Amino acid sequence: MKKNLKITQKALLKSPWVFHLSTGSCNNCDIEILDVLTPRFDAERFGVMLVGSPRHADVLLVTGAMTRKALPRVKEVWKKMARPCAVVAMGACSMDQGIFRGAYNTPDPVDSVIPVDVYIPGCPPKPEAMILGLVKALEVVKEKFQGEKRIDKML
Amino acid sequence: MTLLFNLLIFPGLLFTGFAGGLLSWFDRKLSARLQWRRGPVWFQPFADLAKLMGKETILPAEGSRPLFLFAPVAGLAAVLVASWIIWLSLLRPEMGFVGDLIAVFYLLSVPALALIVGGSASANPLASLGAGREIKLLLAYELPLLLSLLVPVVQAGSLRLGGILAHQSAAGSIAGSWSGLLALAAAVLCQQAKLGLPPFDIAEAETEISSGPLIEYSGPPLALFKFTKMLMLPVMPLFLVTVFWNGIGSSLGGHLAAVAKVLALVTAAVLIKNTNPRLRIDQAVKFFWGPVTILAASALLLALFGL
Ligand code: SF4
Repeated sequence: MKKNLKITQKALLKSPWVFHLSTGSCNNCDIEILDVLTPRFDAERFGVMLVGSPRHADVLLVTGAMTRKALPRVKEVWKKMARPCAVVAMGACSMDQGIFRGAYNTPDPVDSVIPVDVYIPGCPPKPEAMILGLVKALEVVKEKFQGEKRIDKML
Repeated sequence: MTLLFNLLIFPGLLFTGFAGGLLSWFDRKLSARLQWRRGPVWFQPFADLAKLMGKETILPAEGSRPLFLFAPVAGLAAVLVASWIIWLSLLRPEMGFVGDLIAVFYLLSVPALALIVGGSASANPLASLGAGREIKLLLAYELPLLLSLLVPVVQAGSLRLGGILAHQSAAGSIAGSWSGLLALAAAVLCQQAKLGLPPFDIAEAETEISSGPLIEYSGPPLALFKFTKMLMLPVMPLFLVTVFWNGIGSSLGGHLAAVAKVLALVTAAVLIKNTNPRLRIDQAVKFFWGPVTILAASALLLALFGL
């Protein structure tokens, strides 16, 4: 950790709040997320919390291959997050649409709609991989703290 | 000058805030241990607050922006004043005023009102749903809480916190009598709802209505709401200890006993939280207006008969 971090930046590394957004996954990734919160891995040790509203979140955890119906909603949720925030695409589906590639109902991969900062590969990823991805996402948010401004005015 | 010191440092913002943060950690750690997890580090609540202070504040496009920003400040201020009045009557009982018990009782319901006002001001449908539930919950638990707080008033024959404390140091704690014990039991149940802990976290219900009134809050205003909630953790049990359970005493032993009593009340709240799933709002209202009110009312009857 660099020395010249502000206290809010240091605090962010200790308390990442995650909003989980399923965009049409097979549901296995979503089940795996809960593994990270169970006694074996216990992500709350690092201050990770799943929150109920995107307004509260620091990390947007996207799973699934983004169906036609989910696309506008994904955009909307990303706009609603308080900056600075990071987007993590979890699972083969949200990286390059995985087994749903070329399907009639999944027109675009996630990163063509919102800027994805960190990818976690796997189908579904292992809990260890998820924790690593989260740590990387935090590095991204930390950088962004230096001066990301809201690009769009829509709330 | 002393007033400012009292409000900001001891026993106000700094001291109660620190105690609140530690108790909030105690709550999360104990919950984690009950679920066989490790739990967060001790400064976790403070880190959460510091982080929220650095995040962006998003204002609602529709709805009332001044009210949206004013609500969390009002809630925080009310809890601070309430804690100050309680500490004043504990440290310098002669400085209390007639009816300070009632003042504290109403000040402690301001955080719930702030949640209602803030949630409604955000013009979010889920927030208004949560605000509606909070109103119903407030109506439900205020009745038994007030009834049970009348027991010490009847026993001590005084509406002043100082008077109740003096009565307790002369005649033993209120909770030592039958009526006091029943009233304390009813008040502990009401405390659970006042702290917004499961099974009465109906207004915020994260998994159901996405934290209800707080859904549109982000950044510093959200931090203020979280901070208010942390402050309630020491203030509400301390209030009950003052009214029912001898206060903080005058010797070191008495102080330590008071800390143990507050910790015991918080532990009770955490245990109830971890063993009970969330109720529906109608179940909660039935619970408070049924068994808990009967409990508190019978305690009051016993107190009137001098038991
Ligand atoms: S990546 Fe695999 S496990 Fe995850 S949603 Fe897609 S198909 Fe399911």
